[in-house]
Amino acid sequence: MSEAGSALATQFDDLDQQHDAATLGMWIFLVTEIMFFGGLFAGYAVYRSIYPQAFAAGSRLCEIALGAINTAVLISSSLTMALAVRAAQVGRRRAVVVLLVATMLLGTAFLGIKFVEYGHKYAEHLIPGSGFAYTGPYAQQVQLFVCFYFAMTGLHALHMVIGVGLLGVMAVLAARGRFTPAHYSPLEVAGLYWHFVDLVWIFLFPLLYLVDLHK
Amino acid sequence: MTPHILSLKKYFGVYGALIALTFATVAIASVNLGPLNVVFALTIAAGKAALVGLFFMHLIYTSHRTKIMAVAGLVWLAILIALTLSDVLTRGWLPVSGQL
Repeated sequence: MSEAGSALATQFDDLDQQHDAATLGMWIFLVTEIMFFGGLFAGYAVYRSIYPQAFAAGSRLCEIALGAINTAVLISSSLTMALAVRAAQVGRRRAVVVLLVATMLLGTAFLGIKFVEYGHKYAEHLIPGSGFAYTGPYAQQVQLFVCFYFAMTGLHALHMVIGVGLLGVMAVLAARGRFTPAHYSPLEVAGLYWHFVDLVWIFLFPLLYLVDLHK
Repeated sequence: MTPHILSLKKYFGVYGALIALTFATVAIASVNLGPLNVVFALTIAAGKAALVGLFFMHLIYTSHRTKIMAVAGLVWLAILIALTLSDVLTRGWLPVSGQL
C-alpha cells in the first residue's frame, strides 16, 4: 500500500475529499467555539452598557504595554503556524518541525506574560472576592469588570495551553515524517485552532485594555 | 492532491499589516474620540480578524461549504449579541402600564 493509501480512511474516495471533510469538521467545531466565547462577549457588552464608568475604570487597571506586547507575540505565533503549514505543503519536513517549535515557544511566551499580569493583579489585591481591595468609586462594578477580565483571558489562556499541547503532538508527527504535500490535514486543522485562539485575543485586547481610556 | 500554496510574500505582508494595525489601535485609543473610540477599536479588530481568517486560515481558497460554516458562525454571533442588546439598550424607551 502506498503512503497516500495508508493516510486515507476507508470512507473517503481520495485525499482531497478527506482534507475537505477534515477542514469542514474543524470549522463546525470552531463555530461552537465562537458561540462559547460569544456568550462571554455578549455578557461583557450588556454590563459595559449598564456600567460604562465602572468598566472604563476597570479597563484602566489593565497594563496596555503588556497587552500590546502579547498581541504582537500571538500574531507572530500565527505567522510561524501559517508558515509551518506552508512548509508541509511544499514538503519541507525539518522546516515544519522548527516552525512548530517556534510557534509553541511564542505561545508559551504569551502565557508567561499573562502570568506576570495575573501576578501584578494578585499583588495589587485585584482578584475578585473578599480580598478585592479597589477603593475608587463603583468598586463593586469594577469588580464585575475584573471578573470578566479573568473569565475571558482565563478561558483564552486555557485554549492556549491546549493549543501548545496540540502543536507538540503535531511536531512529533512531523518529525516522524507523517505529513506530506499530499496529506497534511492534521496540521492544517491544528493551525485553524491556533489561528482561532489568535482571533479571540484580537478582540479581547481592545475590549479589555483599550476601550474608554478617557471616560 | 495539489494544495493551494500562498506565497511567502503574502504571509509576511499580512503579518506586517497585522502588526501595523496593532500599533494603530493602541495609538487611536490614546486619543479621546468620545463614542468613536469603541467604533475604531472594533473596526480595526474586525479588519485584523478578516486578514487572519482569509489568509492564515485559508478561507480565501477553501471550499464553499467551509466558507458557509465561517459565515454561519458570524451570523449566529451577530444574532446573539444584537438580540441581547436590543433588550438591554431599549429598556425604558416606552412607558409600560403598571411600571413604577
